Amino acid sequence: MAVELDVFVGNTTIMDEEVYQLWLDGYTVNDAVKVRMEGGVMDECEASADVLLSDTMDQYRTFQMCERLLHSPAKLANQLLFQIPPHRQTVLIERYYAFDDAFVREVLGKKLSKGTKKDLDDISAKTSVTLKSCRRQFDNFKRVFKVVEELKGPLVENIRQHFLLSDKLARDYAAIVFFANNRFETGKRKLQYLTFQDFAFCAGQLINNWTVGAVDNMVEDMDVDLDKEFLQELKELKILITDKDLLDQHKSLVCTALRGKTKAFNEMEANFKNLSRGLVNIAAKLTNTKDVRDFFIDLVEKFIEPCRSDRWTAADMKLYLTHYTNSAHILDTFKHQVVWDRYMGVIKSCIFKMYHD
Amino acid sequence: MPGKLKAKIVAGRHLPVMDRASDLTDAFVEVKFGNTTFKTDVCPKSLNPQWNSEWFKFEVDDEDLQDEPLQITVLDHDTYSANDAIGKVYIDIDPLLCTEAASVISGWFPIYDTIHGIRGEINVLVKVELFNDLNRFRQSSCGVKFFCTTSIPRCYRAAMVHGFVEELVVNEDPEYQWIDRIRTPRASNEARQRLISLMSGELQRKIGLKVLEMGGNAVVGYLQCFDLEGESGLVVRAIGTACTLDKLSSGSAPNTNTHVHPNTAPASNACNSPSKDGKEPVFGEDLPSSSGPPTPFRALPTSSSSPPPFSPSKPCSRQSSSSDTDLSLTPKTGMGSGGSAGKEAGPLKTLLRQQTQTALEQREFPFFTLTSFPPGFLVHVGGVVSARSVKLLDRIHNPDEPETRDAWWEEIRQEIKSHAKALGCHAVIGYSESTSICEEVCILSASGTAAILNPRYMREGCLDIGSTDHRFEEPSPPSCGFCHIPYDELNMPFPAQLTYCYHCRRQKVPDVLFTTIDLPPEAAVTGKGCLIQARLCRLKKKAQGEVNATAISNLLPFMEYELHTQLMNKLKLRNMNALFGLHIQISVGENMLLGLASATGVYLTALPAPGGIQIAGKTPGDLSNEHHILTIQKRINDAIAKNKELYQINPPKLFALDPEVFCGINMELTEEGVGSPIPEPRQRSRLFRSHSESSDELSELDLSHGKKDAFVLEIDDTDAVEDIHSLLTDAHPPTGFYSCNTEIMPGIYNWTSGIQMFTSVRVFRLSNANLTNQGLNKIFTDLCENLLKSFYFKLRSMIPCCLCHLNFTVAVPEEELIQVTVTAVAMTFDKDQTQEKPADKPITKGSSETEEQLQFPLELCADTSSANTQPSSKISGVPESTNVSSRAASVDYGSFADRCSTWLELLRLKAHTIRRGSVKTISSLERCSPLPEGRSRSLRSSRSFGGSSVTVVKMTPLSFLPGIRIIKYLGIINMFFIRETTSLREEGGVSGFLHSFIAEVFAMVRAHVAALGGNAVVSYSMKECVLMENPNKNQAQCLINVSGDAVICVRETDQETTASMTNIGQTCSSGTDGAT
Repeated sequence: MAVELDVFVGNTTIMDEEVYQLWLDGYTVNDAVKVRMEGGVMDECEASADVLLSDTMDQYRTFQMCERLLHSPAKLANQLLFQIPPHRQTVLIERYYAFDDAFVREVLGKKLSKGTKKDLDDISAKTSVTLKSCRRQFDNFKRVFKVVEELKGPLVENIRQHFLLSDKLARDYAAIVFFANNRFETGKRKLQYLTFQDFAFCAGQLINNWTVGAVDNMVEDMDVDLDKEFLQELKELKILITDKDLLDQHKSLVCTALRGKTKAFNEMEANFKNLSRGLVNIAAKLTNTKDVRDFFIDLVEKFIEPCRSDRWTAADMKLYLTHYTNSAHILDTFKHQVVWDRYMGVIKSCIFKMYHD
Repeated sequence: MPGKLKAKIVAGRHLPVMDRASDLTDAFVEVKFGNTTFKTDVCPKSLNPQWNSEWFKFEVDDEDLQDEPLQITVLDHDTYSANDAIGKVYIDIDPLLCTEAASVISGWFPIYDTIHGIRGEINVLVKVELFNDLNRFRQSSCGVKFFCTTSIPRCYRAAMVHGFVEELVVNEDPEYQWIDRIRTPRASNEARQRLISLMSGELQRKIGLKVLEMGGNAVVGYLQCFDLEGESGLVVRAIGTACTLDKLSSGSAPNTNTHVHPNTAPASNACNSPSKDGKEPVFGEDLPSSSGPPTPFRALPTSSSSPPPFSPSKPCSRQSSSSDTDLSLTPKTGMGSGGSAGKEAGPLKTLLRQQTQTALEQREFPFFTLTSFPPGFLVHVGGVVSARSVKLLDRIHNPDEPETRDAWWEEIRQEIKSHAKALGCHAVIGYSESTSICEEVCILSASGTAAILNPRYMREGCLDIGSTDHRFEEPSPPSCGFCHIPYDELNMPFPAQLTYCYHCRRQKVPDVLFTTIDLPPEAAVTGKGCLIQARLCRLKKKAQGEVNATAISNLLPFMEYELHTQLMNKLKLRNMNALFGLHIQISVGENMLLGLASATGVYLTALPAPGGIQIAGKTPGDLSNEHHILTIQKRINDAIAKNKELYQINPPKLFALDPEVFCGINMELTEEGVGSPIPEPRQRSRLFRSHSESSDELSELDLSHGKKDAFVLEIDDTDAVEDIHSLLTDAHPPTGFYSCNTEIMPGIYNWTSGIQMFTSVRVFRLSNANLTNQGLNKIFTDLCENLLKSFYFKLRSMIPCCLCHLNFTVAVPEEELIQVTVTAVAMTFDKDQTQEKPADKPITKGSSETEEQLQFPLELCADTSSANTQPSSKISGVPESTNVSSRAASVDYGSFADRCSTWLELLRLKAHTIRRGSVKTISSLERCSPLPEGRSRSLRSSRSFGGSSVTVVKMTPLSFLPGIRIIKYLGIINMFFIRETTSLREEGGVSGFLHSFIAEVFAMVRAHVAALGGNAVVSYSMKECVLMENPNKNQAQCLINVSGDAVICVRETDQETTASMTNIGQTCSSGTDGAT
C-alpha cells in the first residue's frame, strides 16, 4: 500500500524558492522535508507531512529536469519544455550560480581539475557544505572557466552574457576564473584571514589594470592573463631600491609629508626602507609565474604583517601609501612614472582591502 | 484537386548530439504529406542547423487535407549506416482550412521522439491555398469550425442551434497487429500516433459533413474520445452540437444582426439539402407564449417549413446487435412518457408541452453537449439522466462498418431520451458519453440533464452571445425559472417534495436539483459553492467473459445508489440544495469497480432550505448506543452550522417567513401525488438510474420518525458508522481556497487575472492485506482528499484563489493499482469584493467600457417604453403585457412565459445598446486580429528580458480567461502522444517518466498554439492518460490525449494599445522569429 506515482505539472512551472535553496544546498528529499517542517510551512495550509513530502519530491524532480538547462542559461530563455516567467528564470539562474564563500575560499586559485574535484569531500567536511552542493559549485566554476576561456572581449561582460548573471555575480566569477587561471596561492595560513570578497576585489583591480585587456580589448584571454610587457617593465622599478640616493630621497620626501600627521610616524620612518624594498621586490619578481602565484602571500609577508606589528591603523596605511606613491613622482631621476602608477594603483587598493583583521 | 499545401523548413535548434565522435549532428528533414515526401539538404555538423529550404508544395484533395497531418521527420545523416531518426513533428493543418481561423502556421515546434521525448526544436512555416470547389457530393467538410468549448464561443453568436452530431470510426490497433512483433517500439508507437491522428481527422471531417447537411457551420462542445479496446481494436468517437455561428464583427451593425429573421433563417435553410429536411428542427409554431397574439415573426415565410415528412429512424435498423454480447442491463423502463405526463395539467401547459415536444422529438436525439446557455435558452431543468450498459468486446471484423459500436451507443442514447421524456423534458443538455474498458469488458456510460429549452430561440437565431456578454442586473431576473419543475406535479415520474419557488413564489420547485450543466449565470445563489465528491470502491471476483460482465452489471446499480446517497448526504451536510456539473465515473478493473461522482454544490435561492441530517439508531432501547447517536448527531449539526458559515449561506428571510404554509403545501402535494408522506432517500433526487429495479429492497427503510424535512441516516451496523465518519472526515479547503468542478465558482464574481492550470496524476498500489470494501473506500477517499490537500498546499501562494473545473478521472490500470488524474485551473480573485455580487456581472465577460454601461439604465428605459408602445413591433414580437415589474396574480405557466419572453426581449434591446457603444473597440480589434503575430505585448516584453523568444501561452480548462478577452478562435487542438521508455530507473522512475511526459505534452500544445499565432488555449482537457508500467523490466509506456481551443486574446485593459502596437510589432517579431 503505497503511492507508486505522484506528479504535479503546472502549465507555468511552479517553483518554491525555499525548496530550490534546499535542493541547491544538497539536502536529500527527507532532510528537506524535515527542514521545511521545522520552518513551519505546514501551518500555512493545514498541510500534512505526506503533502510536504509529495510537494518536495515534485519540486526536486522539476529542478533536476531544469538542471540541464541551467548549465547553459541562455537555453532556459528559449526552451519550450518549461514555461517559466522571465523574472523567475533570472532567480533560478542567479541562485544556481550562487556559491558559498566558505567553499569558494577553499578552491580559489586551485586548478579546476579532476584532482581538485576528488578533494571535494575533504572540503565538504571542512566547510560543512554538502558534497552535492560542493560539486555543483565546483562544476559551475569549471563550466564558466571553460566557456570564457575561448572567448574574446571583456571577461565580466562575457560571463554576464553567457550565463545571464547579475553584474555582481559575474564579477565574482571573473575573479574565480582569474584566480584559477593564474593559480594564485590563497590557501596558506597567513592568508586565511582574507575573505573571498577581499580576493575578488583584488582580482578586479588586477583584471582592470594589469592584464592585456587593460590596454587592448580584443585579444583572446585578454582579461585572464597578466600583461607580459608590463611585468617586464616592472623590473625597471628596482632602481628605487638599488639606487641608494633615490631610496634616501624617496624616504625623506615621504617622511616630510607624513611628519606630524600620524602617531605611527616613527615606525614608518624606521621601516621605510624595508617596506619599500618589499614592494619593489614583489614588482620585480612578477615575471616568474611562481612569484605571481605568491603575489598575495608576498604582500602579506612583506608589507601587511610588518605594518600590523607596528599597529598602523587603516588610515595610517592609506596615508603612507598615498605619499609613498606620490613622492616617487617628484624624484627627478626616476623615469618610470607610468609603470609605477599602474603598479602602485593596484597595490594600493589591494593593500587597503587586505589590511584588516 | 482543391488544395495546395506549402511547407518550408527554416531552422533547428538545441538538437541532440547524434555523432559521438564530433559531438555534433548532420541533420536533414523529411517533409511528408500523404504519400509524397520531400527532403531538405543535410546541414552538416551543427546542433543549430539553418536549412532555409525552398517551399515544398503538396497538391492534394481537401479530403486529405482534413484527414492527414503534415509529418516532419528530423534525421541525422549517416554516410555508412542507416540514417538515425532524431524525432518527428505532426502538424494538424485543419486550422488553416478555415478562412476565419489561422492563416499561417509558423514557429518553433518541439521535435518529439516516442522513446526519447523532446529532442530540440524545429522552425517550420506552413500555408494552404484552397481552391473553391462546388461539388456537392464532396467528402470534405472544410470550413466547419470545431470548438471544444461547451458554450457558444465568445466573439460568436449562434444564429441557430441545430443539435446533436455524433460519429465513430474504428480500426485495428497497430500495437496488436502481427507486425508489432517484429518492429521496434518506436515504429509501433509512431504507427499508432499516426493512425489516431488520421482517424481523428477522418472523424472530424465526417462530423463536419453531418453539420453541413444540417445547415450548420460549426460544432460546439466537440468531445472526442478514444477507446483502446486492445485486441478488438481502436475506436475513435466524437459527439458535439451543430450550430450556425455568426462572427461578431464590427462591420455588420448589430442591430440588423440580431433581429433579422428573414435574413438568417432562410440562409440556413438554403444550406440544407432537401433530403435531410427530416432532421431540421422546426420550431416555428412552438412559441411558449400561447396567450399572446401571433407575432409578426410567425407570419414570415421562414416559419413555413412544413412539418417534416419523416425522420429516418436509424436506431431501429441498427439495434440488432449480436445478442450474445448484449448484456445491457437497461430495463426498458415504462416510465410515463412526456405526453401522458402533460394530460392532467392545465390546457395551456399541455398545449405548450406537446408543441415543443413534437418539435424536438423530430430529431433523432435532442441532445446538446453544451453546458452553458445564453440567457433565455434554458427554460426548465428536470434533473440528471444517465444510462450505463456493460458490453463484451469482440474483434471489429470490418472497420468500415462499425455497426456494433454504433448500435451500442444508439441504444444508450435512446434510453437517455426516454428518461428525459419521463421527466417531462424534451431535450438533454450537458450531455456526455464515456467508456471504461478492462480486458474484454466495457462499460458504456452516458449522462446529461433533462431540460426544456426555449424553441423560439433556437428558431429565430437570437442566441446572441455577443450581446448577452454585456450583462447587468435585471429588474426581475429569471434567476429561478430554470428550477421550476418541467414535469407535471400531479403525475410525477418519481415522488418528490415540491414547494412554491422561494424566489418568485409562482411555480413549483423540487427540494433538491441535480444537473450536469454549469450554473446558469443568471441564477440566484446564496453564499458560495463547493466541490462535493462521492467516492466508492467495490470489490468483485475475477472472472472472464459473460460471467464477469454479469457480475459488473449486478454491481452497477448498487454503486450508483451509494454514490448518490453519499452525494445527497454531503450536500445536506453543506447545507446546500443543488448540484451542478455532476459527473459520475464508474471505472472497471480486474477485481474491483471504482465510482467517483464530482459536482459543485450550491444553495439555490429559489429552492427550499435543506433540512438537516438526523441520525437514528436501530435499537432505541440501548442507552450507550443512544449516547453514541447523540454525539454523532451533535457533530453533524456542528458541521452543518460550520459549513453554513464557511460557505456564507444566509438565505434571505423574505420568503421563509411562513415556512408552515409552504410545509403544508408540501405535504399535501406529496401525499396526493405519491401517497407516501416521506420520500425515501433515493427518490428524493432527480437522478434517474437505469438500474432502478434493483433498489426495491432499499426503499423499505422506515423513516417515519423525526422531523419531516430532515434527512434521516440510520445507524444499524458498522458500515453505517463508517459512512457517517467518512461523511464528517471530508476536509474543508483551507482558508482562502475554494473549489468547484464547474466553469466558475458560484458566489465569486471578481476574478483577477492570475491563473495556473495543472495536471496531477497519482497511482496508488494496494497491498493484498486490506482488500475489503470498507478499507478500499477509505484508501480511495484518502487518495482523493490528499490530492486536494496537495493542490491547496502547492498553490498557496495564489491565495485567495479558487480551483475551478476540477476534473477527476479514475482508472484501475492494473489489478492492484488505482490511478487518479486531475486537471484543473487555479484562479485568483479579489477577496475584498466577494461579499456582494457586483452590479456589472463577471469581469470575465464584461466589457471594458464602463461609461457605456453607465448609460444603460437610461437607454434601457427608453427602449422599454418604446417596446411597450408598440406591442406588435416587428423586430421583437413582444407580447402585449410587457411591463416587467408587473406581478400577475395568476401563477399559470403561460403568463410566466410571457414575462420571460418579455424579459428576453428587453435583454436583447439592452444588448444592442451595449454593442452600439462598443463598435469602436471591436473595430480596432478586428484590425489586429488577422495578423498572425497578434500576440500582445507580453511577448515583446519578455523578449527584452533575457532574450526570451518564447510566446507565453496560457492554458485553461475553462471557456474563458479572467480579465482577458478572446478576440479570435484559431482552431481546435487535438493531440495524441505516446511515450515509451526502456530505462525507467534512469528517468527517475514512473514519476520522473510521467512528469517529463506531461511537461512535454504541455510544451507541444503551447508550441502549436504559438505557431498558429495564438497565446492561449481555452477549454483544455486531458481526455486520456493511460500509463502502463513494468518496473521489473525497467519499462513504461504512456498515452496522452489532450484537446482544447487555440485562441488569441488580449487583456481587456490593453485592447486599444495592443491593437495599435501589433501593427508595428508584427514586422519586428516575425523577423526575430525567423532569426532566433
